[in-house]
Amino acid sequence: MDTMTADGLLLPWPDDDGEPFWEYTRRGELRVQACADCGRLRFPPRPCCPQCGSFADEWRLMSGRGRLWSFVVAHPPLLPAYAERAPYPVAVVELDEDPKIRLVGTLTSSPRRPNAPWNAVPAQRLRIGAPVQAVFQAVTPEVTVVRWALCGS
Amino acid sequence: MLKDRTAVVGIGQTRFAKHLEESEKALACRAVLAALDDAGIEPREVDALASFTMEETDEVELAKAIGAGDIIFFSRAGFGGGGSCATVAHLAMAVASGQASVGVAWRSRKRGSGKRPWTNTTQQLPTPAQWTRPFGLLRPADEIGMLARRYMHEHGATRDHLFNVALACRNRANQNPDAIMYDRPLTREMYMDARWISEPLCLYDNCLETDGALACVVVSAERARDCRRKPVYLHSVAQGLPAQHHGMVNYWNDDPLTGPAWAAARQLWKTADFGPEDVDVAQIYDAFTPLIPLSLEGYGFCGRGEGAAFTEGGALELGGRLPVNTGGGGLSEGYIHGFNLINEGVKQLRGISTAQVPDAATCLVTAGEGVPTSALLLRA
Ligand SMILES: [Zn+2]
Repeated sequence: MDTMTADGLLLPWPDDDGEPFWEYTRRGELRVQACADCGRLRFPPRPCCPQCGSFADEWRLMSGRGRLWSFVVAHPPLLPAYAERAPYPVAVVELDEDPKIRLVGTLTSSPRRPNAPWNAVPAQRLRIGAPVQAVFQAVTPEVTVVRWALCGS
Repeated sequence: MLKDRTAVVGIGQTRFAKHLEESEKALACRAVLAALDDAGIEPREVDALASFTMEETDEVELAKAIGAGDIIFFSRAGFGGGGSCATVAHLAMAVASGQASVGVAWRSRKRGSGKRPWTNTTQQLPTPAQWTRPFGLLRPADEIGMLARRYMHEHGATRDHLFNVALACRNRANQNPDAIMYDRPLTREMYMDARWISEPLCLYDNCLETDGALACVVVSAERARDCRRKPVYLHSVAQGLPAQHHGMVNYWNDDPLTGPAWAAARQLWKTADFGPEDVDVAQIYDAFTPLIPLSLEGYGFCGRGEGAAFTEGGALELGGRLPVNTGGGGLSEGYIHGFNLINEGVKQLRGISTAQVPDAATCLVTAGEGVPTSALLLRA
């Protein structure tokens, strides 16, 4: 498996627990690991439930809706492929289903533009609490990542 | 109980610089031999060693180079800068329990002239990097910047508060001839106009990557009375890896803004004879400015969300409510993974700091916040 895209971005390198997440995103589904016994969602994925100790899990489909929990705007020094895109915002998004499930992602200007440049949304437009929607971007034939579009844009 | 049963009796360091010619191994040996000389203890008497898991000079190399005797206790503390105080804590436990008699803790690091750890793209750690690095959240500055913006949002902290932290450290470095920023004063204008690294963090919110090494020597309180220098007692020590902690990217914790400091603090104060209000001076891990307000809250110097306001009115300066990082800290003296904070704490309680707090008798030293951490409460 490749560790980088052709243009030099790092690809996720899943562990056994994370692998299902990336299989679902490849199909265009945002799913989060949940305990099959007590039902609690957990992220990042792990072998057993910190709540009840069960090793039985299921991957629950999310709506893809959430809110900005925080964000940074990255400036150089960065790895070369990232420096070319800088400055770019990166957000942590809390999901509507459970605000303690928070995903990191880049922003795109519209759900119809999964391939928009990383700096497509000016940082001045970002506000903590702003509603966002998951967008799926195939970065290689094998890997699809989740990006976030500001709602109403 | 560990309380005051062991003491630091020797400290040593190399020069701090952006670039030093010697290898990390040579620098480690210099710092350790300087610390032993300071203590008046022969290398062959050393029987315990402790360092960071990230230290690249191992026990075999160090022990044979300095001419140590049989080593009967050795220990490594994990999680980067979170391990600094743990090295001393492990030695204190070994010596207090009778497992060893002369312990040396050290850290040698060439990151001023070497590569930044985050540029190592082959080091694709599966968890949690798979959830962050593909999205451009590459560096510790980005990871802490994310917490910083949330902290500013929740508690009304501003860049001026972060500047207060950077300025206090720089002002102390301007008094310390060994500090990298000794002759480089900082102004508010410089800070506000500085280039961004990861907004909301600018250049001056980041520590100085540095070449250098430090070491210190731990013996029993009984033996310490016969040493060359005034002993500095290890009054209380702690490590902290709180429930549901996720490392630097603690975004999945129920409450990401209460980091490992809170867990370490509960243990630290539980076994101490005094509380935060009795601390004369503090050396608080400052890889990034926001770690100081977060740590002030975690260690109980103020309430939750009050850490930024605590920095107002010169509180962190010499003569303020809690002088911090009196050698200049990681932000302005040099960043040797937090070990310089330990030695500066010892200097304060010996009364020999270049920015001495008059009659300082108690000092808190903390290790990396944002990762599993450790802390020391020192007493003169
Ligand atoms: Zn469960």
